[in-house]
Amino acid sequence: MDKPIQTSLPPKLTVRDLNFHYGNFHALKNISLDIAKKQVTAFIGPSGCGKSTLLRVFNRMYELYPGQQASGQVLLDGEDLLDRSLDVALVRARVGMVFQKPTPFPMSIYDNVAFGVKLYEKLNPADMDDRVEWALRKAALWEEVKNKLTASGMSLSGGQQQRLCIARGVAIKPEVLLLDEPCSALDPISTGKIEELIAELKNEITIAIVTHNMQQAARCSDFVAYMYLGELIEFGETKQIFFKPQRQETEDYITGRFG
Amino acid sequence: MSLILRDDVAARRFAARRRINRLALTLALVAMAFGVFWLIWILWETLRLGLGGLALSTLTQMTPPPNEEGGLANAIFGSFVMVAIATFIGAPIGVMSGIYLAEYDKGWLASATRFVNDILLSAPSIVIGLFIYTLAVKRFHTFSAIAGALALALLVIPVVIRTTEDMLRLIPAGQREAAYALGTPKWKVILQITLRAARAGVITGILLAVARIAGETAPLLFTALNNQFWSADLGAPMANLPVTIFKFAMSPYENWQQLAWAGVFLITLAVLLLNIAARWITREKR
Repeated sequence: MDKPIQTSLPPKLTVRDLNFHYGNFHALKNISLDIAKKQVTAFIGPSGCGKSTLLRVFNRMYELYPGQQASGQVLLDGEDLLDRSLDVALVRARVGMVFQKPTPFPMSIYDNVAFGVKLYEKLNPADMDDRVEWALRKAALWEEVKNKLTASGMSLSGGQQQRLCIARGVAIKPEVLLLDEPCSALDPISTGKIEELIAELKNEITIAIVTHNMQQAARCSDFVAYMYLGELIEFGETKQIFFKPQRQETEDYITGRFG
Repeated sequence: MSLILRDDVAARRFAARRRINRLALTLALVAMAFGVFWLIWILWETLRLGLGGLALSTLTQMTPPPNEEGGLANAIFGSFVMVAIATFIGAPIGVMSGIYLAEYDKGWLASATRFVNDILLSAPSIVIGLFIYTLAVKRFHTFSAIAGALALALLVIPVVIRTTEDMLRLIPAGQREAAYALGTPKWKVILQITLRAARAGVITGILLAVARIAGETAPLLFTALNNQFWSADLGAPMANLPVTIFKFAMSPYENWQQLAWAGVFLITLAVLLLNIAARWITREKR
């Protein structure tokens, strides 16, 4: 393979020859790349190119739907995530996900954050309080909600809801956080807050983000993967992809001359 | 010149559009007024004649023989008991079946169940009454309150199945995925996320089912029948409002007719309160 798929940094996720099918549709074709530990890797490309699909392989979300199949290898610290004998709940505890639309659960702000923690740990009330505060602080939401933790999560604004979802994901202390267009439903101020958050979180967590916003990819990622029609076209450091793309297609897409 | 002409044409078209709009609005208003007219008339008569026949004795005394003083206490009690039993049997079965249809089965069994449920939903209640009659009343040689409750439960189940499934399907897929993404097991996703999010709708469905069976006469006529006396024996015939109304309203005795109107008023009031409760619950949610 002539394209660089590895990074100079130690990988957290190692993807090799990954193929994915929705029924008869071949959605991902021989994808191989490394996602570096405690770095932000952005996936860009036109709609339908497979970037969200790829993210959904990393925590086995696709298993919810019959007819979706993945083959190949996705190693998390050397352990194959696609191995059926691996407990899917444990995979998802280690690889968290935040979706495009904010999805607060129908319960209080506190319970939203505590929900995932309760699945894996038995904490006494004081420790749970600490964990909830810790996660909400990580998500830069604590100051805004500390006086109304019992209010419904649904009562927050869209940007706050999305940060609540990030807090919920962070609370179970995952090793990898997948962000599937987390800002596409948010205003610029909320988007700015979430980007700051990403920069903060990467000190502890490996992040993979799908985005349609070139500036966002340029601002907050360390590595960029450009995908098109289910193939990985180019992968490299963010600077290199944005300033010296090797492939014409990549350059066309980044500069908006695509299609 | 041509500009003026075009303006002229545009103005004429606009006037025509406005005329058609006004016509459609008028027709819709007339249709609405026609429906509301009868509804208000019915409610007015119920209120006038029902309130006239209503007294404290209506709630405390038993159904009387012709031309004697009495009330509807045993019928009110009987209706309450049978509706309560029917709801306790029907609602859990309905909710669980609804969960099965919405969350578990995507295959032929679900389609078949949904089809049968739709038939049951629109089946005339007299058919349900006859069914329980042959199943329970004929076999045990007695009309009984439990048979009445069973017939009513069969009316509750399809309504609750339908509303539960519909309400669960309204929960966006994203919410389920978000719960699964935390590694939540399926039963917990359903109990703590989707069912919780759909709670108001599901409860509303149950309340509307209760409102529906509160006034059902046909299924009780063949099952619980009636009873002139106070009875709490589930194995024996039991008085109830709809059948009492049926019997009293058709009679030539004036005091019976008055009590029938009082019963009609009570049922209407109960259904009204249930509907208000249902609306209040859904309102609070949003």
